[in-house]
Amino acid sequence: MAAPAPPSSAIDVRKLAGVALAFALACALPFALGSYHVFQLTLVLVYAIALLGLNMLTGFNGQISLGHGAFYAIGAYTAAILMDKAGMPYWATIPIAGAVCGVAGFLFGLPALRLEGLYLALATFALGVAMPQILKHKSIEEWTGGVQGIVIVKPDPPGWLQLSQDQWLYFFTLAWLLVAFVVAWNLLRGRIGRAMIAIRDQPIAAQAMGVNTAIVKSMTFGVSALYTGVAGALGAIAIQFVAPDSFGIFLSITLVVGIVVGGLASISGAVYGAIFIQFVPNIADKLSKAAPWAIYGVILIAFMYVMPTGAAGFVRLTLARWFRRRGP
Amino acid sequence: MKRSLVRIARWAAAGALIASSLAGAGVYAQAPKYGPGASATEIKLGQTMPYSGPASAYGTIGKLHTAYFKMINDNGGINGRKINLISLDDGYSPPRAVEQIRRLVEQDEVLALFQTLGTPSNSAIQKYVNAKKVPHLLLATGATKWGDPQHFPWTMGFNLSYQSEGQIYAKYLLKNKPNAKIGILYQNDDYGKDLLKGVMDGLGSANAKMVVSQQSYEVTDATVDSQILTLQSSGADTFINITTPKFSAQAIRKAWDSGWKPLHIVNNVGASVGSVLVPAGLDKSVGLLTLQYYKDPNDPQWKDDPAMLEWRGFMGRYYREGDPKDASNLYAYITAQLMVQILKQCGNDLTRENVMKQAANLKNVKLPLLLPGMTVDTSPTDFYPIQQGQLARFTGTLWQGFGELISTDVK
Repeated sequence: MAAPAPPSSAIDVRKLAGVALAFALACALPFALGSYHVFQLTLVLVYAIALLGLNMLTGFNGQISLGHGAFYAIGAYTAAILMDKAGMPYWATIPIAGAVCGVAGFLFGLPALRLEGLYLALATFALGVAMPQILKHKSIEEWTGGVQGIVIVKPDPPGWLQLSQDQWLYFFTLAWLLVAFVVAWNLLRGRIGRAMIAIRDQPIAAQAMGVNTAIVKSMTFGVSALYTGVAGALGAIAIQFVAPDSFGIFLSITLVVGIVVGGLASISGAVYGAIFIQFVPNIADKLSKAAPWAIYGVILIAFMYVMPTGAAGFVRLTLARWFRRRGP
Repeated sequence: MKRSLVRIARWAAAGALIASSLAGAGVYAQAPKYGPGASATEIKLGQTMPYSGPASAYGTIGKLHTAYFKMINDNGGINGRKINLISLDDGYSPPRAVEQIRRLVEQDEVLALFQTLGTPSNSAIQKYVNAKKVPHLLLATGATKWGDPQHFPWTMGFNLSYQSEGQIYAKYLLKNKPNAKIGILYQNDDYGKDLLKGVMDGLGSANAKMVVSQQSYEVTDATVDSQILTLQSSGADTFINITTPKFSAQAIRKAWDSGWKPLHIVNNVGASVGSVLVPAGLDKSVGLLTLQYYKDPNDPQWKDDPAMLEWRGFMGRYYREGDPKDASNLYAYITAQLMVQILKQCGNDLTRENVMKQAANLKNVKLPLLLPGMTVDTSPTDFYPIQQGQLARFTGTLWQGFGELISTDVK
């Protein structure tokens, strides 16, 4: 019964072909769809970056965060304030938003080191709950615009490109997603990635092997927050508006749902998860006005039954079966 | 030869037929004009509502609209056209509102947006819908900023604005208690400051000294007890209470318990019997004043009012699951009636431009569930449909309207 494992180089070719196909599709879609759908897909890409960040922390490193919406908010506000108050061009705000969130995440990760599992989940939950109220606080109202939030101008594509605003924003976000994926892939495949996984599975053994648990955990927190912050900044530019009500605790929960549905500890899972959290609420709303979230829950449960290892695991298994049947 | 001639004749005849029918169509095409979302059989409207999330109690407004338009359609629609309201959930989240509004505008191609709910959601979409030139009508929020035709010619609110409300309190005091020493408590955010500005504008600079003390609080504060004590010690004998429900209840209780007992005006936001006055204590609430602009379904003086009976009949036939005690259902009925009025005024010119033109051309429109004598008026420079209200006094069980209608001129 045990099928012989195909040679690893073959898998790489197939994987590469798959990635190339997905990329070609991603480039073709905005020309085939209307601007509303392009806008929705842009949000999918934004969520995918955020999910990738959270998955590093939760999926690969085993630290549960129920408050990543807070970092998403910090990223969004950083971009919005820089554009609105400092007149900075939109593209320059993204790395700054990422850096701000990276530092914030690292600093939050330091005290959180003492908290394990559910206790860390609760601490991050508190952060997520507090964030909308912090954003409304009087002392920073001058920058944040208080409850009213900040309206952002939609960026125009560069003159030499024959693209609409929505298409341009899509490709701009896609470029960031590619960078995010390549960096994550390099990071997780190498020494640091192994250390992260070791800490998740066997923290004591990892320490005995010479892994500096404290630094790796804090750093993971920082990188994870950085990714989420970049996503927040891109999301703010796509939505053209930030307000405290945009970043409630539900956003944090949604991100956790995204990584679980997409597949824990899977890089490609971020895309599947993003598609889920972007489109399923709309489907639920279409099915029932009275209880959209009940429908959402039913869909979610059904998903977890059919794909216990997330969408990424499901795709992997299906492909493996298909190739095995076809034979070499 | 003969055959080909016949063929030519046939072609010529066919051509003439087509040409004449085209010419005929040209004559008829002059009559009805349709923009996106409108046709000979249908008028498509869109809205977002918080069916889920923290403000889901207001979702009943969208459900009532759907039921109301069903009734209109059952009775033949508007000039034979059925209203198709696409009502989507935004969960009171601005990003989802942006997404859903883009769907309504770009995919569903609605003629106009109607009663999108909530200040944050509407702030998020205002720029977009004005750039797209989509009528953004009768917003369900009290902020004053929605009546700005110069900068946002496609956006028009509905509610009596917070500034108008503040002005009405000031006008009432100037007339009935000109020597009042006024103490004001307000929530330190856009809503609180909006209403406060109305009060100060209404008093005018000459009477600004009537206000002996102004105190503010943050939404995150635990209580407003110390602010009440400060107001009391300022010697104020009149208290304008600009607070949201939790703080309204605290302030009413404290103002009573501390023995202050001023003439106490509580703003409409904090005047709900169930969520404010009951927790504060009904006995401590007797004599409070507030403002109303439509009939209260719980007020016995409207029990046999024809408009109220019509509304109850509608609730029984088309919206059974709705709560007939919930004032939101009455409010939604009024706004749906006004939308129908705008569409009727459009006649056969159902373009977005004309919808907006007619919305800004409401003259002396009487909606029977508004307070008696009230009219809805707009013009190209006046985007505030409702600008009148009446004070009401709490009797210990309900709010009872009294006195005359007071008008404002917020511009």
